[in-house]
Amino acid sequence: MNNTYYGTLIFELSKPGRKGYSLPKNELSDYSIAQLPENLLRQEAPALPEVDELTVVRHYTNMSNNNFGVDTGFYPLGSCTMKYNPKINEEMAAHPQFTALHPLQNVETVQGALSAYYQLQRSLSEIAGMAEFTLNPFAGAHGELTGLMVIRRYHESRGDAKRTKIIVPDSAHGTNPASAAVCGLDVVEVKSKPDGRVDVEDLKPLLDDTIAGMMMTNPNTLGLFENNIAEIAKLVHDCGGLMYYDGANLNPMLGKCRPGDIGFDVMHINLHKTFSTPHGGGGPGSGPIGVREGLEQFLPNPRVTCEFDEDGMVDYKIEMGEESLGCISGFLGNFGVMMRALAYIVTLGSDNLKWVGPLATLNANYIKESLKDCYELPIEGVCKHEFVFDGLKDKSTGVTTLDVAKRLLDYGYHAPTIYFPLLFHQALMIEPTESESKETLDGFIAVMRKIAQEAAENPELVKTAPHSTPVHRLDDTKAALKQIVTWNELCETKDL
Amino acid sequence: MSKIIEGYYYCDSHEFVKVEGNMGYVGITDHAQHELGNVVYVDMPEVGDEVTAGEEFGAVESVKAASDLFSPVSGTVVEVNEALEDEPGLINKDAFANWIMKVELSDKSELEDLMDAAAYKAFIGE
Repeated sequence: MNNTYYGTLIFELSKPGRKGYSLPKNELSDYSIAQLPENLLRQEAPALPEVDELTVVRHYTNMSNNNFGVDTGFYPLGSCTMKYNPKINEEMAAHPQFTALHPLQNVETVQGALSAYYQLQRSLSEIAGMAEFTLNPFAGAHGELTGLMVIRRYHESRGDAKRTKIIVPDSAHGTNPASAAVCGLDVVEVKSKPDGRVDVEDLKPLLDDTIAGMMMTNPNTLGLFENNIAEIAKLVHDCGGLMYYDGANLNPMLGKCRPGDIGFDVMHINLHKTFSTPHGGGGPGSGPIGVREGLEQFLPNPRVTCEFDEDGMVDYKIEMGEESLGCISGFLGNFGVMMRALAYIVTLGSDNLKWVGPLATLNANYIKESLKDCYELPIEGVCKHEFVFDGLKDKSTGVTTLDVAKRLLDYGYHAPTIYFPLLFHQALMIEPTESESKETLDGFIAVMRKIAQEAAENPELVKTAPHSTPVHRLDDTKAALKQIVTWNELCETKDL
Repeated sequence: MSKIIEGYYYCDSHEFVKVEGNMGYVGITDHAQHELGNVVYVDMPEVGDEVTAGEEFGAVESVKAASDLFSPVSGTVVEVNEALEDEPGLINKDAFANWIMKVELSDKSELEDLMDAAAYKAFIGE
């Protein structure tokens, strides 16, 4: 981890009159700002920093050195699948024949891009066991919302207006109830059993003709496969509801299990997790949704389809379906992200893609088993791609999960996810992904063991960590209550 | 070790109610504030709102998590602790003194369903 902190703001580098650009002569001589209505004109010049090009380059290069990412170190952030983003993805997505396109270009001139787009739709359908995919949603939660809109649309199309409730397990990602609320559905919570899986007996009484469907993450947020999924899907289907698959944890399923084969009707995929596109401040994301046969017509517009013309040539089209739930994004979504995901899928190929899930699972279990004598493992057994510790085994030292996470920064690791899921008080959730070598995992295990030892021998050292990072322990309360996010706010506090 | 006050009533979602005559003062327990960490926001009901035992009446947000608040009693909100708007951290200083809402109880028999200090102490394992 970089130990020198670059904290200068670009406004602080500003010198009146300095500039790093020269605009060409205005060729639109018949155009005058005076033609704009008075109320649309600025009364004073915008407060922009005035800097030369070299200053800008150095500023942002130095700032980027503050960053921590998968390219700088191990990033075991549970539920986020921070796998390595292969550089070939960037190379493919940066191809000018993709980047120089305009979304309103004639369809005949973008057949290549549409072909790639269509290929990704088909690949995801095959991987997930779904009939069709739309790539339009911009992120995971956007996909959740769109998927729930498909479910609503399905019930409405059958004249079934009573179904206003959606069942969500208590271990779900917070986005599930949030997406349901935005979609106008009422959330009904179903409890987990002590083994961390959905309690089927708690589910049964909830099922009636007001249930639109059930959202599930499988493996769930504890990294555990929901063994009763077949029974749960049958119960929900029998009451007339649909099953929604939250694809946040799709990674360990690759090559082993397809959501479409285990009873799910609608699902989203986070391309920025499972399919190695950048995220975590480096986005943007992409949350394609898939549907089983019989629901395709409800997918959002526009849709990319393909048919053969009279000469037997493939013809890709952008179509607007009549039964569609409508548009949920500008044009066809985050195209550049999709090209990265497609590059990943094509590079690996189906044979290698099948190793992703097993290797991610092996890595998680290796760390879990190597640390469970010092960290409390609330649920024993084989996990999938991630697992949750309930803090240190020895609670007498007063060292919390937050302290362990902060101490990890001193050793150059990104902190795991902490205090989620909410089922345990000291949750510390680790997901190594398949990208990491045994040496990296061993290094991390050694450091986690060392921190457990430090907690016993010198708890104060851990409680006050981090010590070697550019900024030390932050005042979380002040950060939440007194946020300074703009230059103007900073000027006010500094009285500049 | 968390503070627990004799004579107050407790529920398993870690709210307490202190009863004076027909009025109940509802807040979160010392154990709850300790688990939450520094409280940065309290979402309170409005005076005049009806609350129902076992149902949500607001939320507390800490540096760690946002948690719904469940009312231990039913009734009408007659007062909310406005001091918490400016200084939510008062809950961390003294959770029992800094109650969140004052409720005119509609059914005092509900108190029988709540835990007393000894039962709550056992419930949180102390």
